[in-house]
Amino acid sequence: MAAAAQRKPVSLKVASLVFIVIWLMVAAFPFFWTLWGSFKVELDFFSIADWTNALTGDLTKETYGRPFTGAGYYGAWVQEEFWRAALNTFIVCFFVVVTSLTIGTLGGYALSRSGHNYVFWLLIAALIFRAMPPITLVSGYLPPFFQWNLWGYLPTAIIVLVAINQPFTLWMLHSFFQKIPKDLDESAKVDGCTQFQAFRFVIIPVMWPGVITTGLFSFLLAYNDFAVTAMLLNEQNRTMVPKIAAFLGTTYTEGNVMFAVAAVVSATVPLFLLVMVFQRQIVSGLTAGAVKG
Amino acid sequence: MLMRKAALAGAITLMTGTLLSSAAFAECGIENGRVSIIGNEFPAIQTVGAGAAECASDTVEVKSNLTADHQKLNVAGMSGDPAEYTTAIIANSSIVALLNEDLIRPLDDLVAEHGDGLSQNQLITINGKVMAVAFMANAQHLVYRKDILDQIGAEPPKTYEEMLEIAQKIRDEGILQNPVGGAYAAGWNLAQEFNNMFLGFGGEFFKPGTAEPNVNSEAGVKALEMMKALSAYMNPDFLTHDSNATNAEFRAGNVALMNMWGSRAATLTSADGVPQEVVDGFAIAGPMTVGGGDTAASTLWWDGWTVSKNISDEDAEATFIAMKNAIDPSIVQDPEVALQAVWLLEGYEPTPAATGVFAAANMKTIPYPTFPYMGLMHTALGAELTDFMQGKESAEQALKDVEAAYTAAAKEKGFL
Amino acid sequence: MKHRTFFWFFLPTALAMLIFIAAPIVSVVMQSLFVPHEAVLIETENCGPFGCTTSIVIDQEATEQLREERPLGRFAGLEIYFDRGHLAVAEIGEAWQTSESIGEFLGELGDLPFYRAMAFTLSYTFIVTPLLIILGFVIALAVNSLNRRIKGLVIFFSLLPMIVTPLIGSLILFWMIDSRGIIGELIQYLAGDPDLSLKASTPLMWMALMVYGVWHSAPFAFVVFYAGLQTVPQDTLESAQIDGASRWEQVRYVILPHLMPLVTFVALIQLMDNFRVFEPIVGFNASAHATSLSWIIFNDLGGETNQLSAAATTSVLTIIGVAILLSPVLVRTWRDFRGKA
Repeated sequence: MAAAAQRKPVSLKVASLVFIVIWLMVAAFPFFWTLWGSFKVELDFFSIADWTNALTGDLTKETYGRPFTGAGYYGAWVQEEFWRAALNTFIVCFFVVVTSLTIGTLGGYALSRSGHNYVFWLLIAALIFRAMPPITLVSGYLPPFFQWNLWGYLPTAIIVLVAINQPFTLWMLHSFFQKIPKDLDESAKVDGCTQFQAFRFVIIPVMWPGVITTGLFSFLLAYNDFAVTAMLLNEQNRTMVPKIAAFLGTTYTEGNVMFAVAAVVSATVPLFLLVMVFQRQIVSGLTAGAVKG
Repeated sequence: MLMRKAALAGAITLMTGTLLSSAAFAECGIENGRVSIIGNEFPAIQTVGAGAAECASDTVEVKSNLTADHQKLNVAGMSGDPAEYTTAIIANSSIVALLNEDLIRPLDDLVAEHGDGLSQNQLITINGKVMAVAFMANAQHLVYRKDILDQIGAEPPKTYEEMLEIAQKIRDEGILQNPVGGAYAAGWNLAQEFNNMFLGFGGEFFKPGTAEPNVNSEAGVKALEMMKALSAYMNPDFLTHDSNATNAEFRAGNVALMNMWGSRAATLTSADGVPQEVVDGFAIAGPMTVGGGDTAASTLWWDGWTVSKNISDEDAEATFIAMKNAIDPSIVQDPEVALQAVWLLEGYEPTPAATGVFAAANMKTIPYPTFPYMGLMHTALGAELTDFMQGKESAEQALKDVEAAYTAAAKEKGFL
Repeated sequence: MKHRTFFWFFLPTALAMLIFIAAPIVSVVMQSLFVPHEAVLIETENCGPFGCTTSIVIDQEATEQLREERPLGRFAGLEIYFDRGHLAVAEIGEAWQTSESIGEFLGELGDLPFYRAMAFTLSYTFIVTPLLIILGFVIALAVNSLNRRIKGLVIFFSLLPMIVTPLIGSLILFWMIDSRGIIGELIQYLAGDPDLSLKASTPLMWMALMVYGVWHSAPFAFVVFYAGLQTVPQDTLESAQIDGASRWEQVRYVILPHLMPLVTFVALIQLMDNFRVFEPIVGFNASAHATSLSWIIFNDLGGETNQLSAAATTSVLTIIGVAILLSPVLVRTWRDFRGKA
């Protein structure tokens, strides 16, 4: 596209630039607003009296003598030990991504290399499975998990998240493997490899872009999940999102909204690093993967 | 009433010293067993959880899971055999789910053996059997801005009709545009406000002795009309304001009168950055009545603990002792703990923030009903009253919808 | 691939899905056909800190016996599917007979929870899905023409709406659109109406939810389309340019057909996700104005209600709804599949 871009008329270039700037404002503004507000007191962040308080921090100044305060961060990380939740989230995310990619690549590869009718029906079944509302699934898990003493532990939540995310993973990886020419592994098989050896030595080396993209979506699912982690983990094993929800309080009692806001901002940092590290793979992976639909 | 007696008895309560030292020994006299607690996560319950944890030893395992989702977990978690949770901390609304599924055991034998120090009014008896031990009380009552009421020369309202008059005056004087606050968020909150008003008008939720709904009545229509009249003095977004949002309005100084939970009074003005005039003007009073009745338009609540049915006797005994240790009257000697709730423990001196709840208990206020099907009614009210509050349908139609929604749910659950 | 090899490759993922999704679906279907036993009620006296009251409890001994005889509960067949909380067959029949005009009939229909939820769910699905696809596509085109060096940053910031936890994202936006929040003030200023409040009006609340939906999901479409753009065959594009195709014609006749399979993929996933819209309704406290099937399930399971059969029934209806919604896409996929095989 580089050659085409050079020939663009100026008006179109300006229009597309203006559009990007507007979009970035729409996309990122709430986040920057939150980042700014996370250094204020609650009454400034939710500035009911006058919205400009959120910018100037009048009430923060009254309380702390300066317009910024790290009280939210201190409260969340030190007082409420948010780092435990962060640690749990990383354990959950790591194992969800690894497990779901391992079994997903095997399954997706098999789906892409078999032309039988049941492949189509398996894909459809996976899609119907995905239609099930997660809250119903979770409430169905509770009785057996309690009965077999599986409830509350990280591995339980991990395997449930893996299973719930399998349909999406399968669909993505299936279409990705279809883009990898069949000749590659066929010729390996002609040379005497088994199907698994062909997969191991020929396909694995070329599959990373698609796998990394699928992995990113698995990661986001595990990272942002609330329905499963809130209901299946006990208090000690909570991940970040249910912990943040717990900061918000309930009908009877006061929450600490600024802890939640500070925690949300903190929770975005690792995602920033992740996207920066993997940005090239994310894009090229999807290219290779989803093109065939 | 009984609560006042408890408070008076507190003045002459003894043995504080010995009780304090018993906490220090930490063994609580349990030989072995398993204690596992499920409950909500507010500070008073955190205190109770920590108190039970003091009983942990090499032979006694104590763990707790305190979460806002406790009601979704406790039934499943107590259904297994042996149950994951040996005790659930519940309120008078949520004990019903455990009773309906037959998941908690009568405590009479344990009370007889280990119950010394529990006062009679802490014991929740159902059908003659002790099923739970209460440790704190709660109620909704008036919270107001004394400075604003002084400014217009008004006394704090005793009835909702007076509240409307004062609100009109405040608006006319141009002090506040929307002087009334109310947790009218669609769902649980809105239904709760209806319950208050409905009971204030002398309504009965069900036809006596049956599960047949009875809200589409004169009391129901009057209750809705009063709510509609109040909402005219509220922020126009009232259907999205839960108790958190309503409190935030009060803190920002936008609200002069509201009906609020007693459990939140203590921390209402202690947050960072609350303007000084709000801190100074903050005052509380008992709940209001409505329509000339003498029943307060509010409900009384208690929080307490239960013991699972599906556990061994040894675990049940350990649980009972640990939980009793957790609500030992000595805990309220800590001024911070005393502020966390309106404790139903001997020796508890009501803090200024607790006067509203005490006033509610001393008025004719009805405890939140414990019918097995009250939860279904509450949910139906929360979902079906919104159209009326938005002026999209009549009060009669809204109440008819409530009864229809309730009936469908009650049929499914086998109550009708 | 041989059946046998296929089996071993597919086994782990199949097991995960069978145990954790298929089995629960079977139990949910069962649960929607059975309801709890009739409760035997007895009147009692209950005492507590506030004195004694007469109340009612379930007679556990009598109920226990019923439970032991038939542990699944009473067989209700499709009764729950047709009751007022779901398809409301009887109520619709009555409304049809008593209503004098179509408008009145639709009004009565809107009073029934299932149809009220469907009205919002379907509007949301069919407005949000195309909009987010178009927006995602335009962003992808625009980002693609940017300088290589700033692309990375732009991509990250474009992803933000998707990666900030919806639970909190909607909470913060909920505040921003408050009549005193920054966006709410801006809208009041633009509309010239100082009393305008998004949260007090049903149409405006619907719009706010839909704008949130587009904002939240457009990044997903953007990432997919942007990736697809990298593979547009350059020679086809160049020959189109030589033939004098305008920029619009290049997009219309070269780029779009190339991205079509991607559009199908995004549409498939987003139709399904939008049909199950839930988080913004809770995050925006919007249930007075808008409900969805997932919200009904949440409401049935929450609090002191615990209506398992009702929730199960709504879940089955959700799956059926998704299947109907996706059927055109599925038929297309089937044709592609046959074509390939």
